[in-house]
Amino acid sequence: MLVSLFILIPVLSGLALFALKQPVQARGLAFASSLATLAAVVYALTLPNGNTALAVSKPWLSSINASYSLAVDGIGKITTLLTAVGFPLIYLATWSNNYTSANRYYALMALTQAGLMGVFLSTDMLLFYVFWEVALVPAYFLCSIWGGEKRVPVTFKFFIYTFVGSLLMLIGIIYVYFKTPNQSFAWSAFTQANLSNTEQLYFFLFFFVAFAIKMPVFPFHTWQPDTYEQAPTGTTMVLSGIMVKMGLFAVVRWLLPVFPVMSAKMAPIIIILCIVGIIYASLIAIRQDDLKRLVAYSSIAHIGLMAAALFVNNSLATSGVLVQLFNHGVNIIGLWIVLDIIEQQTGVRKMSQLGGLAQQAPMLATLLVVVALANIALPLTNGFVGEFLMFSGLFKLNVWYAVIAGVSIILAAVYTLGMIQRVFYGEPYAGIQVKDVNLTQLVALSAIIVFIVFLGVYPQPLLDMGKAGLDAALKIANR
Amino acid sequence: MNLILFGGILGVVMMYLGLLEKNSRIITYAAIAGVFALLVLNVAETYGSPVWNFQAMGMLATSRYGLLLNSIMLFSCMLYFIVSGADIEKIGRNAADYYALIFFVFAGIGILTSFTSLLMLFLGVEIVSIPLYVLTGADKRNLKGNEAALKYLLMGSFSTGIMLMGIALIYGGSGTFAIEKLSVAANTQVSYNLIGGLLLLLVAMSFKVSAVPFHFWTPDVYDGAPTVFTSFMATIVKVAAFAGFIRVFEGPSTLLANKWQLVLAIIIALTLLVGNITAVFQHSVKRMLAYSSIAQAGFMLFALFAFNVFAREGIVLYAAAYSLSTIGIFAVLARMHDYTYDGFNGLGKSEPLLALVLTVFLLSLAGIPLTVGFFSKYFMLASALATGGKYLWLSILAVLCAAISVYYYFKVIQAMYFKQASGQTVAATTPYKAGLLLLAVLVILLGVLPQMLLQYLYF
Repeated sequence: MLVSLFILIPVLSGLALFALKQPVQARGLAFASSLATLAAVVYALTLPNGNTALAVSKPWLSSINASYSLAVDGIGKITTLLTAVGFPLIYLATWSNNYTSANRYYALMALTQAGLMGVFLSTDMLLFYVFWEVALVPAYFLCSIWGGEKRVPVTFKFFIYTFVGSLLMLIGIIYVYFKTPNQSFAWSAFTQANLSNTEQLYFFLFFFVAFAIKMPVFPFHTWQPDTYEQAPTGTTMVLSGIMVKMGLFAVVRWLLPVFPVMSAKMAPIIIILCIVGIIYASLIAIRQDDLKRLVAYSSIAHIGLMAAALFVNNSLATSGVLVQLFNHGVNIIGLWIVLDIIEQQTGVRKMSQLGGLAQQAPMLATLLVVVALANIALPLTNGFVGEFLMFSGLFKLNVWYAVIAGVSIILAAVYTLGMIQRVFYGEPYAGIQVKDVNLTQLVALSAIIVFIVFLGVYPQPLLDMGKAGLDAALKIANR
Repeated sequence: MNLILFGGILGVVMMYLGLLEKNSRIITYAAIAGVFALLVLNVAETYGSPVWNFQAMGMLATSRYGLLLNSIMLFSCMLYFIVSGADIEKIGRNAADYYALIFFVFAGIGILTSFTSLLMLFLGVEIVSIPLYVLTGADKRNLKGNEAALKYLLMGSFSTGIMLMGIALIYGGSGTFAIEKLSVAANTQVSYNLIGGLLLLLVAMSFKVSAVPFHFWTPDVYDGAPTVFTSFMATIVKVAAFAGFIRVFEGPSTLLANKWQLVLAIIIALTLLVGNITAVFQHSVKRMLAYSSIAQAGFMLFALFAFNVFAREGIVLYAAAYSLSTIGIFAVLARMHDYTYDGFNGLGKSEPLLALVLTVFLLSLAGIPLTVGFFSKYFMLASALATGGKYLWLSILAVLCAAISVYYYFKVIQAMYFKQASGQTVAATTPYKAGLLLLAVLVILLGVLPQMLLQYLYF
């Protein structure tokens, strides 16, 4: 029951929010519900593994052996925690933003959270698929209603892109389902599916494309910069901080255990694609003038590294991904918060029209520098731990992978520091006025900085959290 | 058999009611009561207590499956009368006649879901079709409607001819009209007459369900007919045609052995491609829905492709999913003056409830999870994939086409929510809204728990 609450609280508050007319009340309720979810998740994480409250399984469609099965385990713990932590931070950081029909905005945000939670908790493939799609629908409306001027076509491209991927995955799901020993959608049945090599190849690709589009991995990334740019910043935070983790999570939860042989065979191709993507996205990021697009491309690079590390298939790299799943989420939300403050106050996103903001907003500048340093993985920040582990893993597999991908660290420093310099230092651009951060923004950013420093110095809690489930997943993948 | 008998009787009753009662509101209430009575009688028959049973020389036999489909169609029709009754009254002065014709159609549907002989199939198809020719031209002052009715009549007669030719050849090849005897013949040498006849029958039935390349009548007829009747034709009648189509080929498809799947795969692929791609280019929502109904038929044809348990369950769900959603959309469309996408502009602001239920219907047609449209598509894909990996390309094509369909369904959603209002209003009364809301709730409820409907197949 406890697990169902993670989904139920956002769903119910989301539905209630549609009825609320007062924007202030709506914001309050949304925030309260996200805090309630966070409390439930944190309580669940303190319970020992194997506690009955951590899993639920009820028959859903008994004729086809689909069940309503949720469980908080292994890697799911980390992504669930990220979802629970991310939403209150996002609400806080965008507290003073005004949205037309705010109640609907917050309602859709809450429904997105419910969908994301469902994806991270489902241990039944059909249920997973349902949540996978359902998370997309509110996000579509969020981006299309409250986004920038090109929002409608851009969001539509995003929707169709991911929808095609999901439908291909659906074919894969049904086909693998027929090959499971007792025709069931349960995770354990899927891992025992009896597939020939050709079938593995086909359906591995179907699943992989769906996940790769979501992450996104080069060359499936073309929807991403436009969508991040056009979406309202609060939603961009959800998309880039949490929703992209759906793809990475799904690889660990489903792709590696269900297609062990093909995962190992395809790994070199996928890793090379990822590395190409990392370099490509970093180079493009350097040339960006628009702040949002810069962060969008830097996100492709970071996610690409995580995707590559997933397929390295040694415990170093995978623990790195585990840590980074949470840290990247927190860090990129932090970056978006700073950008949102700048955009809300100046109305400008172009770096060429900004400059010298540090003089007017010293606190904001300091906060940005810390978040940015975490983003380029400086030691003692949380970004360092994950990236170090992932690079070590890549290095063990093949030195050249690590060397080429490692260039991206330098490139990340170039574009991130370049951004700080152009936006916060140098000559102030005429007519740009900013106030320093307000209280809610300060609280949100401080919380993020606490995460950055604490997990940078002491990442063990995160590593422990994911270890058990991860080992189980890897064991099946290596059998 | 209740449906055949009482459908016909109620048709006559409605005709006389039209002479006695001039208030068309009351006639609508009578029609709703009538279709409800038919539903009750049909359910009673499902659970083993038919009011009246006749032998018909063994040419009719009810089955659980057929009766469930009847119930779905009757239930959809009841909701259709509730939300669209007011629009049926507005077509002309003879509302009672339209209802009478619809009841006659139901008599034909009763035959289509229970025939065991090709003769009865022919009767059923004709009893369903002839009232539809009249309904298409119901709005006598509308030139487009008249044209559509004539076109429908001519094309329909043509397909009837093909069907009769097919039945004659089958009789020539096998010496029987009984369907179950046709499948027995599979062991022996199959005569060319029989195969030729079956193919002609396939063509005629494909015409009735508007499968490509026999679909050319559909857009014109659906576009020209009064919108309320388009709704009826595109939903309930289409389900009935599928019920007959499946029933007639379930056994004999084995005669064509593995060629059957090839033929069907080609028809499905063409239907999906032509339906979806043409729908993208339409400017009128009504015409788009006509092509989308062709596209959806492509998905339903998977049931004939596979003939397994998923196909049987899938058709039941698809019948409900497609009927509920499409009736809802047409009910809103019927009250609009502007049938283009622009007509929907800003509906999310001016009529939030209507926009919300329309969104649910469109998401269902697009097959998004948590709506019944998803599970109906799921079962259809499962039925195809259960036959093995040989026709994997067909499933891939189907999902790609489903992705295309998102494009035109979402264009309506985009118009409603993301565009400025056009100032068009929809006259919405409370019962109308309540009916639409009920439809939307059903779409979501069956989307979460499809077994609520499927269990009736077995219990």
